[in-house]
Amino acid sequence: MIDPEMASQAVRLALEHGATDAECTVSEGEEFSARVRMRALEKLTDAGSRGAGLRVLVGKRVGSSHTSDLSSAGIRQMVESALATAAISTEDPYAGLPDASDMGSLNGDLKLYSDDIQSIDTPARIQAALETEEAALSWDTRITNSDGASFKAHAGERVFANSRGFLGSYRTSSCSISTSPVARQGDAMERDSWYSSARSHSKLDSPAAVGRRAAERTVRRLGARKVPTQKVPVIFDSVTARSLIDNIFEAVEGNSIYRKASFLAGKLGQRVASENVTVIDDGGMPGLFGTSPFDDEGVPSRRTVVIERGVLESYLLNSYTARKLGMRTTGNAARGLTGNAGVGHGNFFLKNGTHSPEEIIRGIRQGLYVTELIGHGVNIVTGDYSRGAAGLWIENGEFAYPVSEITIAANLRQMLLDVEAAGSDLEFRGSVASPTLLIREMTVSGS
Amino acid sequence: MPLSDSFFGQKFGITEHNLESYLSEALGAGGDYADLYFEYLATSQLSIDESIVKSAVQGVSLGVGVRVLSGERTGYAYSDDLSPEKIRKAARVAACIANGPSKVDKTGFVEARRRDLYPIVTAPSETSLAERVEFVKRADRAARAADRRVFQVQAAYADSLRYVLVATSDGVLSTDRQPLARLGVSVLAREGDGVAQSGYSGGGGRVGLDFFETEKTPEHFAREAVRQAIVQLNAAPAPAGEMTVVLGPGWPGVLLHEAVGHGLEADFNRKKVSAFSDRIGQQVASPLCTVIDDGTMLNRRGSLNVDDEGATTQENVLIEKGVLRGYLFDKLSSKLLRSRTTGSGRRESYQDVPMPRMTNTFMLAGDSDPEDIIRSTSRGLYCANFGGGEVDITSGNFVFSASESYLIEDGHITRPVRGAMLTGNGPEALKHVNMVGHDLKLDEGVGICRKQGQSVPVGVGIPTIKIDRMTVGGTAG
Repeated sequence: MIDPEMASQAVRLALEHGATDAECTVSEGEEFSARVRMRALEKLTDAGSRGAGLRVLVGKRVGSSHTSDLSSAGIRQMVESALATAAISTEDPYAGLPDASDMGSLNGDLKLYSDDIQSIDTPARIQAALETEEAALSWDTRITNSDGASFKAHAGERVFANSRGFLGSYRTSSCSISTSPVARQGDAMERDSWYSSARSHSKLDSPAAVGRRAAERTVRRLGARKVPTQKVPVIFDSVTARSLIDNIFEAVEGNSIYRKASFLAGKLGQRVASENVTVIDDGGMPGLFGTSPFDDEGVPSRRTVVIERGVLESYLLNSYTARKLGMRTTGNAARGLTGNAGVGHGNFFLKNGTHSPEEIIRGIRQGLYVTELIGHGVNIVTGDYSRGAAGLWIENGEFAYPVSEITIAANLRQMLLDVEAAGSDLEFRGSVASPTLLIREMTVSGS
Repeated sequence: MPLSDSFFGQKFGITEHNLESYLSEALGAGGDYADLYFEYLATSQLSIDESIVKSAVQGVSLGVGVRVLSGERTGYAYSDDLSPEKIRKAARVAACIANGPSKVDKTGFVEARRRDLYPIVTAPSETSLAERVEFVKRADRAARAADRRVFQVQAAYADSLRYVLVATSDGVLSTDRQPLARLGVSVLAREGDGVAQSGYSGGGGRVGLDFFETEKTPEHFAREAVRQAIVQLNAAPAPAGEMTVVLGPGWPGVLLHEAVGHGLEADFNRKKVSAFSDRIGQQVASPLCTVIDDGTMLNRRGSLNVDDEGATTQENVLIEKGVLRGYLFDKLSSKLLRSRTTGSGRRESYQDVPMPRMTNTFMLAGDSDPEDIIRSTSRGLYCANFGGGEVDITSGNFVFSASESYLIEDGHITRPVRGAMLTGNGPEALKHVNMVGHDLKLDEGVGICRKQGQSVPVGVGIPTIKIDRMTVGGTAG
């Protein structure tokens, strides 16, 4: 456990040395991972580390520093270092801390920490990884190899203090099991994976379920072909749809808005997506990965409706971007140990629609069901979208054969307006979540 | 340099006797190998936005990682506290992987061969912040002055100085001092009320500050970022479908990194999960292609005197005249595959286990005149610059996105296009290379490679090459 006094002391020390305001984060983490491969233990990692970060304001100049040395000499050096960086920065009229009236913390048990992840001993953790891999290996004879399976656990604590009197801390825990089977057919190999993660061990899916899902996802990729270049409807499964939700986040976060580096900048109150799109950020949902009692500058987490039935209702802001835009922070400050806060999200998701994924698939005469996306071809400034994809070809409402080595392209502006259906399969496996989504038309590039 | 004169000897009083005792502790439960990786890292980042130096950050981190190998098994633990009791504790935790009597007799250390691929007396992070902050200010001014259509400029300068000490139970003792610096400029430009377009340029390496004063100045990167954004203002959507693709020299070498480099890392091949597994000696590219991974290039971003397992880096031939020659090995894979390490064991920090990684990956120059390559192409896509890429190691399918590309029509580069994504299959794509230019160029020094959550600096390079057939993912017909 971190002594919260450490963060307050660093803030006081900074003020004594000439800072007019200061904020300090101290964090601590312990990680464990057991990795197995082909039914044998491959790697065990078990370690912990700590760090502290300080950001100071000297008038309207800002400086930051961090250290892994939490001795009093280390903290002193961190203070000096932050003040030295402030001395070479430029006055920024918008620099500052959040208003005192905006600061605070959510009450009640957010279920971010569970003791049960510590209660399982190393042999049991290795066993969980072995069972996950075995469930995949034994699922189908075409699964001939494995890139391994893991059990991971993490426990951490974060303390934050600032010179306006905020002092808060919270502990988090998480654990996960995952596996990546490899299937072979002739000369061609395919790999896919599945995982389950949760803040409490009791919430993890069973090794058998995770292994089987990984195996199914892998085997169905075998025999993939390239399809001719054409324009077709595209369904993103709930895994790949998450990346679209990530793209929406990048387009509504305050930094890209005030810099006019987003295709959604200046679109508040306007229709930017179809009726089927309602996007929410909620940092207060108990037990989830995007939940915290306060953001990384001491403002309580909250629920913000970002897009309501296609209309852009709110950006996501920290105090700096809020000041730049003449708005109020939405409690979305995010950073590591130090530096100016960026903008992050809580649990950021697209609301469930009414159709099951099966119904959506059945409604497609010819199209692509995307199960994997690779590459980084999304330009948030223009909305240009082009990514590598793999998945299943749909003919007359049914999966016909797997496809790979293709790209899908369109413009995000149009894609959001073209969301013809959202599935009813929303599930929180991380801090970003989406149900299955159907986009009316995209260019599939192949042969 | 004797250990007592090294950074860790001087600053933390670490002796050979200490190292031996930690290694003994690590091998206390058996195991056939153990190593220690001490790391001290000092970093600085300075950035400008809206002509205001809004952020300046300095940091230090320190720690030691202890690894024990027992057959195919790895035990790993680390500590951010260099006190003997904490290091011993980490050693005991790592030792849990092994089971049985120790098989290792320790008999002192031999220092790795010394050389200096980055002979920089004063590392950038040892100079004054006031001096370094000028780089981002100059970049900002130059970008704004370059074209009136530029309306946003961000520039970021970052440097680090890493001291490492590696001690292994097979007697290797190596120390290194690794400076690294980079400057990047991104701009947005707009014509009237039109859609904004972005441009980026950056570079650096294991260099001193003079690199940014004389070789690649802030003004150079600023003008290049602006040029790219302005080109995009007039770009049409990229075409879609299979076509001839010509890659320009330099950064487009990221194709090699994605299409073949990752697939040749020995960990994937040991496990036979790479599309290149069991293909040594086979034709995997056209005979015009020779691909090298070289960690010994002076001042390059991907270079290292010694890798992160204390092994001397070297020049490794991956593909020779189209034939697959070798993989990139770290210690574990070389032990298990009974091969020699290629000096390719790298890690992001003391908190991470080393694995086989690339350093500077490039294709040797060929005979063709770059202009002839363009002239010989009746219709195709010319890619001058790329963003990033990604590969699925197992199927071999890769993508990478072009940030600056043009149509080639009737042997001439004509109109710029935007949003082009290239996709192909690793062991197949380079078989379609039918011309290789004589203009090998390395990138300017911005590459970051991510693998299993670990980031390391890398370099790439390529001459102009022509690929007969590749799938381009755009939106235009």
